[in-house]
Amino acid sequence: MEYIQPLWPAFPELFLLLSVCVILIADLFVRDENRVVTYGLTQGALAACIFLTWAWATREPVYTFSGMFVDDLMSDVLKLFVCLSVMVVLAYSRPYIAARGLFRGEFFALLLFATLGMMVMISANHLLVLYLGLELMMLSLYSIVALQRDSATATEAAMKYFVLGALASGMLLYGMSMIYGATGTLEITELAQLIAEGTVNWPVLIFGLVFIVAGLGFELGVVPFHMWVPDVYQGAPGAVALFVSSVPKVAGFALIIRLLGQALGAEQLSVEWQQMLVVMAVLSLVIGNVTAIVQTNLKRMLAYSTISHMGFVLLGALAGDENGYSAAMFYVIVYVLTNLGAFGMMLLLSRSGFEAENLEDFKGLNQRSPWYAFIMLLIMFSMVGIPPTVGFYAKLAVLQSLLTAGYLGVAVVAVVFSVVGAFYYLRIVKLMYFDAPEDTAPLAPAADVKVLMSLNGAAVLIFGIMPQPLMALCLYSIQASL
Amino acid sequence: MTFQAFIFYSFSAILLFAAVAVITARNPVHAALFLVLAFFTSAGIWIQLQAEFLAIALVLVYVGAVMVLFLFVVMMLDINLARLRAGFWNYLPAGAVVAVLLVFEMGFIVSRGYFGLEGSPAPGPLPSGYSNTKELGRLLYTDYVYPFEIAAVILLVAIVAAIALTLRRRKNSKYIDPATQINVRRQDRVRVVSMPSETSDDAPAVRKEA
Repeated sequence: MEYIQPLWPAFPELFLLLSVCVILIADLFVRDENRVVTYGLTQGALAACIFLTWAWATREPVYTFSGMFVDDLMSDVLKLFVCLSVMVVLAYSRPYIAARGLFRGEFFALLLFATLGMMVMISANHLLVLYLGLELMMLSLYSIVALQRDSATATEAAMKYFVLGALASGMLLYGMSMIYGATGTLEITELAQLIAEGTVNWPVLIFGLVFIVAGLGFELGVVPFHMWVPDVYQGAPGAVALFVSSVPKVAGFALIIRLLGQALGAEQLSVEWQQMLVVMAVLSLVIGNVTAIVQTNLKRMLAYSTISHMGFVLLGALAGDENGYSAAMFYVIVYVLTNLGAFGMMLLLSRSGFEAENLEDFKGLNQRSPWYAFIMLLIMFSMVGIPPTVGFYAKLAVLQSLLTAGYLGVAVVAVVFSVVGAFYYLRIVKLMYFDAPEDTAPLAPAADVKVLMSLNGAAVLIFGIMPQPLMALCLYSIQASL
Repeated sequence: MTFQAFIFYSFSAILLFAAVAVITARNPVHAALFLVLAFFTSAGIWIQLQAEFLAIALVLVYVGAVMVLFLFVVMMLDINLARLRAGFWNYLPAGAVVAVLLVFEMGFIVSRGYFGLEGSPAPGPLPSGYSNTKELGRLLYTDYVYPFEIAAVILLVAIVAAIALTLRRRKNSKYIDPATQINVRRQDRVRVVSMPSETSDDAPAVRKEA
C-alpha cells in the first residue's frame, strides 16, 4: 500500500478515469434520442473534477506513486483550466455535432480520455508517465479526428496527424532513452539534481535533448514541425478542430515546464535548448503570420495563427526564468480563451448542412447580429494584441520577460510580425462590419451557447482591463512549483 | 573471443541484416517474416543479458501473436506496389541527404566511447533464488503501478477507438439473438392444424370444380 500513498493528490485523475468507464457503460443503455444523458454525465464528471482539484489543491508540491506523480500549484491551476475549457468545448460543439451525426457516446468518452491524458501529463514527475500521458492524449485525438468516418477529408486529416504524430512521439521517446542512458534515471526531480551536479555524460544528454525538443515542437505545432496543423484543423469537423486547437496546447505548455523547465532546466543545459527554441520561435512567428495572410479558409487561417501564437509561448519559455515561464503560462491560457471564442463563433454560424469555415461567411455579421459581431471583434482584437483586450497583456508579458533576459533582437522580430499578423485578423473585422451579408439565414444558437459565448467575450475584455489577478496567479503558481 | 562474444556478434549481425531487410524487402510478406527473425534474434540477445522473461515474452507475444496477426492483415490487404513506389526516385535525393546526415551525426555521438563496454558493464552475479519474472512483477505492481495503469487505459482507448471507427451495424444483417433462440418453445415454431382428412373420392370432385 505504501507505493500509492498518499492517494488524495490523484483524486481528480482517478475520478475522471472511473467516470469515463461508467459513462462508457451507461451509454450502452441510452437510446439515440436520449443521448443528451451521456452529454450531461460528461459535463457532470468534468465539473466534479474541477471541484476535486479545487478542494485538494496544495501550495507545496506533493509527490506520490513512488515519486511519479506530483501535485503542485501549477498543476492544479492548469487542471482547473483544462477541465473548464473542455466543458466549454462540449457546450459549443453540442448543436454542431448533433446536426452531423457525431452526437455519440464514443465522442464524449474519447474527449474525456484525451482530458485524462492531459491531466496525467500536467502532473507527471517521471519521463515515462509524461510519455504515456502524451500517448493517451494523442491516441484519443487521432480517433476523435477520424470519428466522422464517412468524410474523406476527416479521414485524411486523421491519417496525417497519426503518421506525423507517431514519428514525433518516437523521437521524443528516443530522446528520453538517451537521457536515461546519460543519467540513469527518468524521475524529473532526480534528473534535475543529477544534471545540476554535472556528473552526467554531456554529449549524450545533449543528443537526447535535441530529440526531445523536436518531439515537443511537434506537439505544440511550431515551425519546422507545423505541417500537420493546417491540414488537421481544416480536415477535422469543426467541433473537433475546436478541441484539437485549444486545450492540448495547455498540456503542451506543461510538457515544456516539466521537460525543459524542471528536468533539463539546469543553467549550463538551458543555454543549449534556448538556441533551438529561438530558431523555432522566430520561424513560427514569420511563417505563421505571413502564410496566414493568404488563407481564405478560416480554419487554415486560425491554424497558421496558432503556429504564430505557439511561437510566442516558446519565446516566453526562452527566458528560462520564473517571469518567462509565468508569461508563457499566461499566454497559453489567453490563447485558449480567445481560440475557444473564435472557433466557437465558427460553430455558432454553422448549421445543419452548412459549414461556416470561409472568411466570406463572416461578411456582414454586424447586420445579422451586432452582439456576436462585437464579441468576434473583441476576440480578433485580443489575437492581434490591441488594448484593452487580454491579448495585449499576454504579448506584453512575454516581451517584457524577453527584454529582461536580454533578447532584444528577438523581441523586435516578435513585435514586427505581430503587426504583420494584425492584417488578417482585422480583415475579419472589416468583413463583419463593412461588407453586405451574403448569407441571411437567422442565427438561433442554443441558450447555453448564447450565455457562454457572451461570457467568453466578456472574459477577453475583463481580463484585459484587470489582468493583474490572473497574471499574479500564474507567477505565484510557477514560483511555488518550479 | 569467448563463446559468449561469438554468440553476441553473430546474433547482432543477423539482427541488423533482418532489420535492414524489413524495410528493403519488396514483398510485404517477406518484410513481416524478416521482422519475425529480428524479434527472434533480439530475444536471443536479451537472454544473454539474463532477461529471460522478457525474451520469452517477446517471442510469445510479438512473434506468436502480433506478427501472425500482422501477416494475416498483410495478406488480406490488396497493396498496390507500383502505386506505393511512385515518386520514390523523386523523394530519394532529399531523403538520402537527411538520412546520411542523421546517421553521421548519431554515429559521431555514439562512437565517442560512452556506448562502449565501459559505459555498460556486465550485470553482477545474482543472488541464488533470484527470479527475473518475480522481480519484474514486483516492480510493475509497486513502483511502476501508475504508468502500468495508464498503459492499460491507453489499451482501453485503442479498443474504444477501433470499435467506434470500424463497427458498422448492417441493416439487412441476418443476426439472431442466441438468448431468444434458446428460449424458443415448440409452440412458437410448430403449429398443429386440425383439418379434415382428404379421401381419394373427394379429389376428383375438386378437380372438376377447377
